[in-house]
Amino acid sequence: MADALLDINGLDAFYHDFQALYGVDMQVSQGDVIAVIGANGAGKTTLMRAVTGFLKSRAEAIRWKGQAIGALRVDQIASLGIALVPEGRLLFPSLSVEENLIIGGQLKRKGPWNLKRLYSLFPILEERRNVPATALSGGQQQMVAIGRALMSNPELIMMDEISLGLAPVIIKSIYEALPSIVGEGMTAIIVEQDITKALAVSTRVFCLQEGRISLSGNSADVSRDAISRAYFGV
Amino acid sequence: MDFWLDPLVQGILLGGLYALFAAGLSLIFGVMRLVNIAHGDLIVLSAYMALTTSVTLGLHPLAALVLVVPFMAVVGYVLQRFLLNHTMGGDLLPPLLVTFGLSVIIQNALLMGYSADPQKLKAGALETASIAAGPVSVGVLPLILFVTAVVVIGLLQWMFYHTALGRAFRATSDRQDIVQLMGINRAHVFGLAMALALAVTALAGVFLGIRTSFDPAVGGSRLIFGFEAVIIGGLGNIWGTLAGGVILGIAQTLGAKIDPGFQVQAGHLVFLIILAIRPRGLFPRID
Ligand SMILES: Nc1ncnc2c1ncn2[C@@H]1O[C@H](COP(=O)(O)OP(=O)(O)OP(=O)(O)O)[C@@H](O)[C@H]1O
Ligand SMILES: [Mg+2]
Repeated sequence: MADALLDINGLDAFYHDFQALYGVDMQVSQGDVIAVIGANGAGKTTLMRAVTGFLKSRAEAIRWKGQAIGALRVDQIASLGIALVPEGRLLFPSLSVEENLIIGGQLKRKGPWNLKRLYSLFPILEERRNVPATALSGGQQQMVAIGRALMSNPELIMMDEISLGLAPVIIKSIYEALPSIVGEGMTAIIVEQDITKALAVSTRVFCLQEGRISLSGNSADVSRDAISRAYFGV
Repeated sequence: MDFWLDPLVQGILLGGLYALFAAGLSLIFGVMRLVNIAHGDLIVLSAYMALTTSVTLGLHPLAALVLVVPFMAVVGYVLQRFLLNHTMGGDLLPPLLVTFGLSVIIQNALLMGYSADPQKLKAGALETASIAAGPVSVGVLPLILFVTAVVVIGLLQWMFYHTALGRAFRATSDRQDIVQLMGINRAHVFGLAMALALAVTALAGVFLGIRTSFDPAVGGSRLIFGFEAVIIGGLGNIWGTLAGGVILGIAQTLGAKIDPGFQVQAGHLVFLIILAIRPRGLFPRID
Protein backbone atom coordinates (compact mmCIF):
# COMPACT_ATOMS: atom_id res chain seq x y z
CA MET A 1 0.00 0.00 0.00
CA ALA A 2 2.05 2.91 -1.26
CA ASP A 3 -0.21 5.72 -0.10
CA ALA A 4 -0.24 4.69 3.56
CA LEU A 5 0.85 7.37 6.01
CA LEU A 6 2.17 4.77 8.40
CA ASP A 7 3.01 1.33 7.11
CA ILE A 8 3.96 -1.30 9.65
CA ASN A 9 5.22 -4.42 8.02
CA GLY A 10 6.28 -7.62 9.77
CA LEU A 11 7.18 -5.78 12.97
CA ASP A 12 8.90 -7.82 15.66
CA ALA A 13 9.73 -6.25 19.02
CA PHE A 14 11.85 -7.53 21.85
CA TYR A 15 12.60 -6.80 25.49
CA HIS A 16 16.01 -8.45 25.61
CA ASP A 17 15.25 -12.12 24.95
CA PHE A 18 11.51 -11.77 25.35
CA GLN A 19 9.64 -11.26 22.10
CA ALA A 20 6.62 -8.99 22.62
CA LEU A 21 5.44 -8.49 19.02
CA TYR A 22 5.38 -11.04 16.20
CA GLY A 23 5.14 -9.91 12.60
CA VAL A 24 2.64 -7.12 13.17
CA ASP A 25 1.19 -5.55 10.01
CA MET A 26 -0.81 -2.35 10.08
CA GLN A 27 -1.53 0.23 7.40
CA VAL A 28 -2.73 3.62 8.48
CA SER A 29 -3.99 6.16 5.95
CA GLN A 30 -4.34 9.84 6.49
CA GLY A 31 -7.50 10.67 8.45
CA ASP A 32 -7.91 7.18 9.88
CA VAL A 33 -8.84 6.78 13.50
CA ILE A 34 -7.50 3.38 14.46
CA ALA A 35 -8.48 1.63 17.66
CA VAL A 36 -6.02 -0.89 19.07
CA ILE A 37 -7.57 -3.23 21.60
CA GLY A 38 -6.35 -6.31 23.42
CA ALA A 39 -5.98 -7.85 26.85
CA ASN A 40 -3.39 -6.76 29.41
CA GLY A 41 0.08 -7.62 28.20
CA ALA A 42 -1.04 -8.18 24.61
CA GLY A 43 1.55 -5.73 23.29
CA LYS A 44 -0.42 -2.50 22.69
CA THR A 45 2.03 -0.27 24.53
CA THR A 46 4.91 -2.12 22.94
CA LEU A 47 3.50 -1.27 19.51
CA MET A 48 3.43 2.44 20.48
CA ARG A 49 6.96 2.19 21.84
CA ALA A 50 8.18 0.69 18.58
CA VAL A 51 6.53 3.31 16.39
CA THR A 52 7.90 6.17 18.52
CA GLY A 53 11.39 4.67 18.47
CA PHE A 54 11.80 3.69 22.12
CA LEU A 55 12.17 0.13 20.90
CA LYS A 56 14.44 -0.16 17.90
CA SER A 57 13.27 -2.36 15.08
CA ARG A 58 14.31 -3.28 11.57
CA ALA A 59 14.37 0.05 9.67
CA GLU A 60 11.91 -1.16 7.00
CA ALA A 61 9.48 -2.63 9.50
CA ILE A 62 8.02 0.86 10.02
CA ARG A 63 7.57 3.28 7.14
CA TRP A 64 6.34 6.85 7.42
CA LYS A 65 5.22 8.28 4.06
CA GLY A 66 7.44 5.67 2.47
CA GLN A 67 10.53 6.48 4.54
CA ALA A 68 11.95 3.63 6.63
CA ILE A 69 11.98 4.93 10.22
CA GLY A 70 12.30 1.78 12.33
CA ALA A 71 15.89 2.57 13.29
CA LEU A 72 15.57 6.32 13.90
CA ARG A 73 15.95 8.00 17.28
CA VAL A 74 12.86 8.98 19.27
CA ASP A 75 13.42 12.72 18.74
CA GLN A 76 13.90 12.25 14.99
CA ILE A 77 10.63 10.34 14.73
CA ALA A 78 8.84 12.99 16.79
CA SER A 79 10.08 15.70 14.47
CA LEU A 80 8.48 13.88 11.51
CA GLY A 81 5.08 14.57 13.08
CA ILE A 82 4.34 11.51 15.19
CA ALA A 83 3.21 12.29 18.73
CA LEU A 84 2.43 10.03 21.66
CA VAL A 85 0.23 10.49 24.70
CA PRO A 86 1.96 7.87 26.84
CA GLU A 87 0.26 5.38 29.11
CA GLY A 88 0.22 6.86 32.62
CA ARG A 89 0.51 10.44 31.24
CA LEU A 90 4.13 10.90 32.35
CA LEU A 91 4.06 14.69 32.62
CA PHE A 92 7.14 16.64 33.69
CA PRO A 93 6.64 17.29 37.43
CA SER A 94 9.11 20.21 37.64
CA LEU A 95 7.31 22.05 34.87
CA SER A 96 4.12 24.04 35.26
CA VAL A 97 1.05 23.12 33.27
CA GLU A 98 1.87 25.78 30.69
CA GLU A 99 5.53 24.77 30.49
CA ASN A 100 4.48 21.17 29.84
CA LEU A 101 2.42 22.44 26.93
CA ILE A 102 5.14 24.78 25.66
CA ILE A 103 7.77 22.06 25.68
CA GLY A 104 5.32 19.93 23.71
CA GLY A 105 5.48 22.63 21.05
CA GLN A 106 9.28 22.82 21.15
CA LEU A 107 9.47 21.41 17.60
CA LYS A 108 7.62 24.46 16.30
CA ARG A 109 5.85 22.52 13.58
CA LYS A 110 3.22 24.54 11.76
CA GLY A 111 -0.43 23.73 12.27
CA PRO A 112 -3.66 24.67 13.99
CA TRP A 113 -2.61 23.89 17.56
CA ASN A 114 -1.22 26.52 19.92
CA LEU A 115 -1.72 27.51 23.56
CA LYS A 116 -4.75 29.64 22.79
CA ARG A 117 -6.55 26.91 20.94
CA LEU A 118 -5.72 24.33 23.60
CA TYR A 119 -7.01 26.58 26.32
CA SER A 120 -10.29 26.95 24.49
CA LEU A 121 -10.51 23.16 24.19
CA PHE A 122 -9.63 22.64 27.88
CA PRO A 123 -10.44 25.94 29.69
CA ILE A 124 -9.52 24.51 33.09
CA LEU A 125 -5.89 24.29 31.98
CA GLU A 126 -5.73 28.03 31.39
CA GLU A 127 -7.05 28.63 34.89
CA ARG A 128 -4.39 26.36 36.34
CA ARG A 129 -1.61 27.16 33.90
CA ASN A 130 0.96 28.17 36.55
CA VAL A 131 0.65 25.27 38.97
CA PRO A 132 2.99 22.27 38.76
CA ALA A 133 1.47 19.82 36.28
CA THR A 134 1.38 17.00 38.78
CA ALA A 135 -0.69 19.08 41.22
CA LEU A 136 -3.70 18.65 38.92
CA SER A 137 -6.38 15.97 39.19
CA GLY A 138 -5.94 12.86 37.09
CA GLY A 139 -8.36 14.01 34.43
CA GLN A 140 -6.76 17.43 34.16
CA GLN A 141 -3.35 15.80 33.92
CA GLN A 142 -4.65 13.71 31.06
CA MET A 143 -5.75 16.91 29.32
CA VAL A 144 -2.21 18.26 29.73
CA ALA A 145 -0.77 15.04 28.32
CA ILE A 146 -3.06 15.25 25.28
CA GLY A 147 -2.32 18.97 24.93
CA ARG A 148 1.40 18.40 25.15
CA ALA A 149 1.18 15.98 22.23
CA LEU A 150 -1.07 18.28 20.19
CA MET A 151 1.23 21.26 20.65
CA SER A 152 3.72 19.68 18.24
CA ASN A 153 1.02 19.79 15.54
CA PRO A 154 1.53 16.14 14.71
CA GLU A 155 0.13 14.40 11.65
CA LEU A 156 -0.34 11.24 13.68
CA ILE A 157 -1.30 11.24 17.34
CA MET A 158 -1.17 8.03 19.33
CA MET A 159 -2.99 7.80 22.65
CA ASP A 160 -2.25 4.96 25.02
CA GLU A 161 -5.14 4.25 27.41
CA ILE A 162 -6.15 7.84 28.04
CA SER A 163 -9.03 6.70 30.25
CA LEU A 164 -6.86 4.63 32.57
CA GLY A 165 -7.67 5.32 36.21
CA LEU A 166 -10.15 8.11 35.53
CA ALA A 167 -13.72 8.47 36.73
CA PRO A 168 -16.42 7.74 34.11
CA VAL A 169 -17.60 11.38 33.92
CA ILE A 170 -14.04 12.54 33.29
CA ILE A 171 -13.53 9.89 30.63
CA LYS A 172 -16.73 11.05 28.99
CA SER A 173 -15.59 14.66 28.89
CA ILE A 174 -12.18 13.74 27.49
CA TYR A 175 -13.76 11.62 24.76
CA GLU A 176 -16.11 14.48 23.96
CA ALA A 177 -13.03 16.53 23.08
CA LEU A 178 -11.83 13.86 20.68
CA PRO A 179 -13.85 14.87 17.59
CA SER A 180 -12.42 18.37 17.70
CA ILE A 181 -8.94 16.84 17.77
CA VAL A 182 -9.27 14.30 15.00
CA GLY A 183 -11.93 16.22 13.11
CA GLU A 184 -9.49 18.15 10.94
CA GLY A 185 -7.97 15.19 9.20
CA MET A 186 -5.52 14.36 11.94
CA THR A 187 -4.71 10.68 11.99
CA ALA A 188 -4.99 8.89 15.30
CA ILE A 189 -4.21 5.53 16.86
CA ILE A 190 -6.06 5.00 20.10
CA VAL A 191 -5.38 2.23 22.56
CA GLU A 192 -8.49 1.64 24.62
CA GLN A 193 -9.61 -1.10 27.02
CA ASP A 194 -13.28 -0.17 26.74
CA ILE A 195 -14.30 -1.92 23.53
CA THR A 196 -17.59 -0.08 23.08
CA LYS A 197 -15.79 3.24 23.33
CA ALA A 198 -13.00 2.04 21.05
CA LEU A 199 -15.43 1.02 18.33
CA ALA A 200 -17.51 4.17 18.68
CA VAL A 201 -14.65 6.59 18.05
CA SER A 202 -12.68 4.67 15.45
CA THR A 203 -12.92 3.93 11.75
CA ARG A 204 -10.91 0.73 11.94
CA VAL A 205 -9.96 -1.63 14.73
CA PHE A 206 -7.01 -3.94 15.37
CA CYS A 207 -6.96 -6.50 18.13
CA LEU A 208 -3.68 -7.72 19.57
CA GLN A 209 -3.35 -11.06 21.28
CA GLU A 210 -0.04 -12.18 22.77
CA GLY A 211 1.93 -10.00 20.39
CA ARG A 212 0.04 -10.92 17.21
CA ILE A 213 -2.75 -9.17 15.33
CA SER A 214 -5.71 -11.45 15.94
CA LEU A 215 -8.35 -9.31 14.23
CA SER A 216 -8.61 -6.27 12.02
CA GLY A 217 -11.52 -4.67 10.26
CA ASN A 218 -13.85 -1.72 9.97
CA SER A 219 -15.12 -0.71 13.38
CA ALA A 220 -18.67 -0.58 12.09
CA ASP A 221 -18.55 -4.13 10.74
CA VAL A 222 -16.79 -6.30 13.33
CA SER A 223 -19.06 -8.45 15.44
CA ARG A 224 -18.88 -8.74 19.22
CA ASP A 225 -18.31 -12.45 18.84
CA ALA A 226 -15.32 -12.02 16.59
CA ILE A 227 -13.88 -9.54 19.05
CA SER A 228 -14.19 -11.79 22.07
CA ARG A 229 -12.55 -14.60 20.11
CA ALA A 230 -9.73 -12.26 19.01
CA TYR A 231 -9.38 -10.95 22.55
CA PHE A 232 -8.97 -14.22 24.38
CA GLY A 233 -8.14 -16.73 21.65
CA VAL A 234 -10.32 -19.70 21.08
CA MET B 1 34.09 40.11 68.73
CA ASP B 2 36.27 41.27 65.84
CA PHE B 3 38.29 38.14 66.48
CA TRP B 4 35.37 36.09 65.10
CA LEU B 5 34.00 38.66 62.69
CA ASP B 6 37.04 38.60 60.45
CA PRO B 7 37.11 34.82 59.81
CA LEU B 8 33.34 34.92 59.40
CA VAL B 9 33.61 37.45 56.58
CA GLN B 10 36.57 35.63 54.99
CA GLY B 11 34.61 32.37 55.26
CA ILE B 12 31.61 33.83 53.48
CA LEU B 13 33.83 35.07 50.68
CA LEU B 14 35.66 31.73 50.46
CA GLY B 15 32.22 30.14 50.18
CA GLY B 16 31.89 31.83 46.79
CA LEU B 17 34.73 29.67 45.49
CA TYR B 18 33.19 26.51 46.90
CA ALA B 19 29.86 27.46 45.40
CA LEU B 20 31.57 27.71 42.01
CA PHE B 21 33.11 24.26 42.58
CA ALA B 22 29.69 22.96 43.49
CA ALA B 23 27.56 24.61 40.81
CA GLY B 24 28.99 22.52 37.96
CA LEU B 25 28.66 19.30 39.94
CA SER B 26 25.12 20.12 40.92
CA LEU B 27 24.14 21.02 37.35
CA ILE B 28 25.29 17.78 35.79
CA PHE B 29 23.96 15.65 38.60
CA GLY B 30 20.66 17.50 38.41
CA VAL B 31 20.20 17.22 34.66
CA MET B 32 21.60 13.76 33.97
CA ARG B 33 22.23 12.02 37.32
CA LEU B 34 25.92 11.85 36.53
CA VAL B 35 28.41 11.90 39.40
CA ASN B 36 31.58 13.35 37.94
CA ILE B 37 34.60 12.14 39.89
CA ALA B 38 36.88 14.10 37.53
CA HIS B 39 35.27 17.40 38.46
CA GLY B 40 38.11 18.49 40.74
CA ASP B 41 40.71 17.60 38.13
CA LEU B 42 38.80 19.57 35.51
CA ILE B 43 38.97 22.56 37.86
CA VAL B 44 42.74 22.09 38.10
CA LEU B 45 42.98 21.57 34.34
CA SER B 46 41.25 24.94 33.88
CA ALA B 47 43.81 26.57 36.16
CA TYR B 48 46.63 25.14 34.03
CA MET B 49 44.93 26.26 30.85
CA ALA B 50 44.76 29.77 32.30
CA LEU B 51 48.41 29.51 33.29
CA THR B 52 49.49 28.62 29.77
CA THR B 53 47.24 31.25 28.20
CA SER B 54 48.33 34.04 30.51
CA VAL B 55 52.02 33.19 30.25
CA THR B 56 52.17 32.73 26.49
CA LEU B 57 49.90 35.63 25.59
CA GLY B 58 51.00 37.84 28.47
CA LEU B 59 47.42 38.16 29.66
CA HIS B 60 46.11 38.83 33.14
CA PRO B 61 44.63 35.55 34.45
CA LEU B 62 41.17 37.11 34.65
CA ALA B 63 41.48 38.18 31.02
CA ALA B 64 42.49 34.62 30.18
CA LEU B 65 38.96 33.63 31.20
CA VAL B 66 37.78 34.91 27.84
CA LEU B 67 39.61 31.98 26.26
CA VAL B 68 39.55 29.38 29.02
CA VAL B 69 35.80 29.49 29.62
CA PRO B 70 34.77 28.75 26.00
CA PHE B 71 37.61 26.24 25.70
CA MET B 72 36.40 24.25 28.69
CA ALA B 73 32.81 24.48 27.45
CA VAL B 74 33.87 22.85 24.18
CA VAL B 75 35.85 20.22 26.12
CA GLY B 76 32.72 19.52 28.13
CA TYR B 77 30.48 19.12 25.10
CA VAL B 78 32.93 16.83 23.30
CA LEU B 79 33.61 14.80 26.44
CA GLN B 80 29.92 14.26 27.02
CA ARG B 81 28.89 13.47 23.45
CA PHE B 82 31.81 11.27 22.51
CA LEU B 83 32.66 9.56 25.78
CA LEU B 84 30.27 9.91 28.70
CA ASN B 85 27.00 9.57 26.78
CA HIS B 86 28.05 6.08 25.74
CA THR B 87 28.30 5.01 29.37
CA MET B 88 24.94 6.40 30.44
CA GLY B 89 21.35 5.24 30.38
CA GLY B 90 21.46 2.25 32.66
CA ASP B 91 23.43 1.70 35.80
CA LEU B 92 25.04 4.56 37.77
CA LEU B 93 28.31 2.66 38.03
CA PRO B 94 29.77 2.73 34.48
CA PRO B 95 29.80 6.57 34.16
CA LEU B 96 31.20 6.79 37.69
CA LEU B 97 34.08 4.48 36.77
CA VAL B 98 34.75 6.29 33.51
CA THR B 99 34.96 9.68 35.22
CA PHE B 100 37.25 8.10 37.80
CA GLY B 101 39.49 6.94 34.95
CA LEU B 102 39.30 10.40 33.45
CA SER B 103 40.44 11.85 36.74
CA VAL B 104 43.54 9.65 36.71
CA ILE B 105 44.26 10.50 33.07
CA ILE B 106 43.97 14.26 33.62
CA GLN B 107 46.24 14.15 36.68
CA ASN B 108 48.88 12.17 34.83
CA ALA B 109 48.69 14.32 31.73
CA LEU B 110 49.15 17.44 33.86
CA LEU B 111 52.04 15.81 35.66
CA MET B 112 53.73 15.06 32.35
CA GLY B 113 52.96 18.43 30.85
CA TYR B 114 53.67 20.70 33.82
CA SER B 115 55.57 18.56 36.39
CA ALA B 116 54.53 18.28 40.03
CA ASP B 117 55.88 21.74 40.94
CA PRO B 118 53.27 24.01 42.49
CA GLN B 119 52.15 26.80 40.18
CA LYS B 120 50.26 29.99 40.72
CA LEU B 121 48.36 32.42 38.53
CA LYS B 122 49.83 35.88 39.01
CA ALA B 123 47.16 38.53 39.28
CA GLY B 124 49.50 41.38 40.30
CA ALA B 125 48.27 44.13 42.57
CA LEU B 126 44.80 42.57 42.69
CA GLU B 127 46.10 39.80 44.92
CA THR B 128 46.91 42.12 47.82
CA ALA B 129 44.39 44.91 47.28
CA SER B 130 41.87 45.28 50.05
CA ILE B 131 39.23 47.65 51.26
CA ALA B 132 38.40 48.43 54.85
CA ALA B 133 34.82 47.71 55.78
CA GLY B 134 34.40 48.82 59.38
CA PRO B 135 36.42 46.60 61.67
CA VAL B 136 37.42 44.09 58.98
CA SER B 137 39.47 44.51 55.85
CA VAL B 138 38.13 42.69 52.83
CA GLY B 139 40.35 41.51 49.98
CA VAL B 140 39.29 42.84 46.61
CA LEU B 141 39.95 39.49 44.94
CA PRO B 142 37.81 37.43 47.35
CA LEU B 143 35.13 40.06 46.92
CA ILE B 144 35.25 39.82 43.13
CA LEU B 145 35.17 36.06 43.48
CA PHE B 146 32.13 36.13 45.73
CA VAL B 147 30.22 38.57 43.54
CA THR B 148 31.07 36.41 40.52
CA ALA B 149 29.73 33.34 42.29
CA VAL B 150 26.48 35.11 43.18
CA VAL B 151 26.08 36.38 39.61
CA VAL B 152 26.86 32.97 38.09
CA ILE B 153 24.41 31.21 40.36
CA GLY B 154 21.79 33.87 39.72
CA LEU B 155 22.27 33.42 35.98
CA LEU B 156 22.04 29.64 36.26
CA GLN B 157 18.83 29.99 38.25
CA TRP B 158 17.40 32.38 35.67
CA MET B 159 18.46 30.11 32.82
CA PHE B 160 16.83 27.11 34.49
CA TYR B 161 13.48 28.78 35.06
CA HIS B 162 13.15 31.30 32.24
CA THR B 163 14.70 29.89 29.07
CA ALA B 164 13.87 27.09 26.66
CA LEU B 165 17.19 25.45 27.46
CA GLY B 166 16.43 25.52 31.17
CA ARG B 167 13.01 24.03 30.51
CA ALA B 168 14.64 21.26 28.49
CA PHE B 169 17.13 20.69 31.33
CA ARG B 170 14.35 20.38 33.90
CA ALA B 171 12.25 18.15 31.70
CA THR B 172 15.26 15.94 30.98
CA SER B 173 15.96 15.76 34.69
CA ASP B 174 12.35 14.67 35.28
CA ARG B 175 12.00 12.12 32.52
CA GLN B 176 14.97 11.30 30.34
CA ASP B 177 12.88 9.13 28.02
CA ILE B 178 9.69 11.14 27.55
CA VAL B 179 11.62 14.36 26.86
CA GLN B 180 12.70 12.84 23.56
CA LEU B 181 9.07 12.69 22.44
CA MET B 182 9.23 16.50 22.44
CA GLY B 183 11.76 16.26 19.63
CA ILE B 184 14.62 16.96 22.03
CA ASN B 185 17.87 15.14 21.33
CA ARG B 186 18.88 13.92 24.74
CA ALA B 187 22.52 13.39 23.80
CA HIS B 188 22.75 17.05 22.74
CA VAL B 189 21.05 18.30 25.91
CA PHE B 190 23.52 16.27 27.98
CA GLY B 191 26.36 17.78 25.97
CA LEU B 192 25.07 21.29 26.60
CA ALA B 193 24.72 20.60 30.33
CA MET B 194 28.31 19.43 30.54
CA ALA B 195 29.48 22.39 28.45
CA LEU B 196 27.78 24.79 30.82
CA ALA B 197 29.10 22.93 33.87
CA LEU B 198 32.66 23.10 32.59
CA ALA B 199 32.32 26.78 31.70
CA VAL B 200 31.53 27.39 35.38
CA THR B 201 34.35 25.02 36.30
CA ALA B 202 36.75 27.13 34.23
CA LEU B 203 35.80 30.18 36.28
CA ALA B 204 36.33 28.21 39.47
CA GLY B 205 39.72 26.96 38.29
CA VAL B 206 41.03 30.40 37.44
CA PHE B 207 39.95 31.87 40.77
CA LEU B 208 41.44 28.88 42.56
CA GLY B 209 44.73 29.41 40.76
CA ILE B 210 44.87 33.09 41.70
CA ARG B 211 43.98 32.44 45.35
CA THR B 212 46.33 29.58 46.08
CA SER B 213 49.08 27.61 44.48
CA PHE B 214 48.08 24.39 42.76
CA ASP B 215 49.66 21.23 41.43
CA PRO B 216 48.23 18.30 39.45
CA ALA B 217 47.19 16.43 42.61
CA VAL B 218 44.94 19.01 44.28
CA GLY B 219 41.79 18.11 42.30
CA GLY B 220 40.61 15.49 44.75
CA SER B 221 40.10 17.84 47.67
CA ARG B 222 38.33 20.38 45.40
CA LEU B 223 35.96 17.62 44.38
CA ILE B 224 35.25 16.89 48.05
CA PHE B 225 34.62 20.56 48.85
CA GLY B 226 32.30 20.79 45.88
CA PHE B 227 30.38 17.69 46.96
CA GLU B 228 30.11 18.92 50.51
CA ALA B 229 28.74 22.27 49.38
CA VAL B 230 26.19 20.57 47.09
CA ILE B 231 24.99 18.21 49.78
CA ILE B 232 24.88 20.81 52.57
CA GLY B 233 22.81 23.06 50.33
CA GLY B 234 20.47 20.29 49.19
CA LEU B 235 20.57 18.43 45.88
CA GLY B 236 18.89 20.13 42.98
CA ASN B 237 18.73 23.58 44.57
CA ILE B 238 20.96 26.12 42.85
CA TRP B 239 20.78 28.82 45.52
CA GLY B 240 21.24 26.08 48.13
CA THR B 241 24.60 25.43 46.49
CA LEU B 242 25.68 28.97 47.35
CA ALA B 243 24.46 28.55 50.91
CA GLY B 244 26.30 25.23 51.13
CA GLY B 245 29.52 26.84 49.85
CA VAL B 246 29.23 29.67 52.35
CA ILE B 247 28.56 27.35 55.29
CA LEU B 248 31.54 25.22 54.31
CA GLY B 249 33.72 28.34 53.88
CA ILE B 250 32.75 29.72 57.29
CA ALA B 251 33.32 26.35 58.97
CA GLN B 252 36.80 26.19 57.47
CA THR B 253 37.91 29.71 58.35
CA LEU B 254 36.52 29.47 61.87
CA GLY B 255 38.22 26.10 62.22
CA ALA B 256 41.50 27.60 61.09
CA LYS B 257 41.08 30.35 63.68
CA ILE B 258 40.88 27.72 66.41
CA ASP B 259 43.87 25.86 65.02
CA PRO B 260 45.36 26.26 61.53
CA GLY B 261 45.56 22.47 61.17
CA PHE B 262 41.86 22.16 61.90
CA GLN B 263 40.67 24.13 58.83
CA VAL B 264 39.70 21.29 56.49
CA GLN B 265 38.57 19.02 59.31
CA ALA B 266 36.19 21.66 60.61
CA GLY B 267 34.54 21.75 57.18
CA HIS B 268 34.17 17.96 57.08
CA LEU B 269 32.78 17.99 60.61
CA VAL B 270 30.08 20.55 59.83
CA PHE B 271 29.26 18.62 56.67
CA LEU B 272 28.83 15.37 58.64
CA ILE B 273 26.72 17.05 61.31
CA ILE B 274 24.39 18.56 58.72
CA LEU B 275 24.22 15.27 56.85
CA ALA B 276 23.29 13.48 60.09
CA ILE B 277 20.57 15.97 61.01
CA ARG B 278 19.23 16.66 57.52
CA PRO B 279 20.24 13.88 55.12
CA ARG B 280 18.71 15.74 52.18
CA GLY B 281 20.61 18.93 52.91
CA LEU B 282 19.36 22.22 54.28
CA PHE B 283 17.32 23.32 51.27
CA PRO B 284 16.29 20.25 49.29
CA ARG B 285 14.19 20.77 46.22
CA ILE B 286 10.54 20.35 47.10
CA ASP B 287 8.94 17.77 44.83
N1 LIG C 1 10.21 -3.17 29.91
C1 LIG C 1 9.81 -4.43 29.71
N2 LIG C 1 10.68 -5.43 29.89
C2 LIG C 1 10.30 -6.72 29.67
N3 LIG C 1 9.08 -7.09 29.27
C3 LIG C 1 8.18 -6.12 29.08
C4 LIG C 1 8.48 -4.74 29.28
N4 LIG C 1 7.39 -4.02 29.00
C5 LIG C 1 6.44 -4.89 28.65
N5 LIG C 1 6.90 -6.16 28.69
C6 LIG C 1 6.14 -7.37 28.35
O1 LIG C 1 5.73 -7.27 27.01
C7 LIG C 1 4.40 -7.74 26.85
C8 LIG C 1 3.56 -6.67 26.21
O2 LIG C 1 3.45 -5.59 27.14
P1 LIG C 1 2.69 -4.25 26.79
O3 LIG C 1 3.02 -3.28 27.87
O4 LIG C 1 2.99 -3.86 25.41
O5 LIG C 1 1.19 -4.70 26.92
P2 LIG C 1 -0.15 -3.84 26.83
O6 LIG C 1 -0.98 -4.48 25.78
O7 LIG C 1 0.16 -2.41 26.69
O8 LIG C 1 -0.78 -4.13 28.25
P3 LIG C 1 -1.64 -3.18 29.22
O9 LIG C 1 -3.04 -3.26 28.77
O10 LIG C 1 -1.43 -3.79 30.56
O11 LIG C 1 -1.07 -1.81 29.13
C9 LIG C 1 3.94 -8.17 28.21
O12 LIG C 1 4.11 -9.57 28.31
C10 LIG C 1 4.86 -7.49 29.15
O13 LIG C 1 5.07 -8.26 30.31
MG1 LIG D 1 -0.15 -0.77 27.82
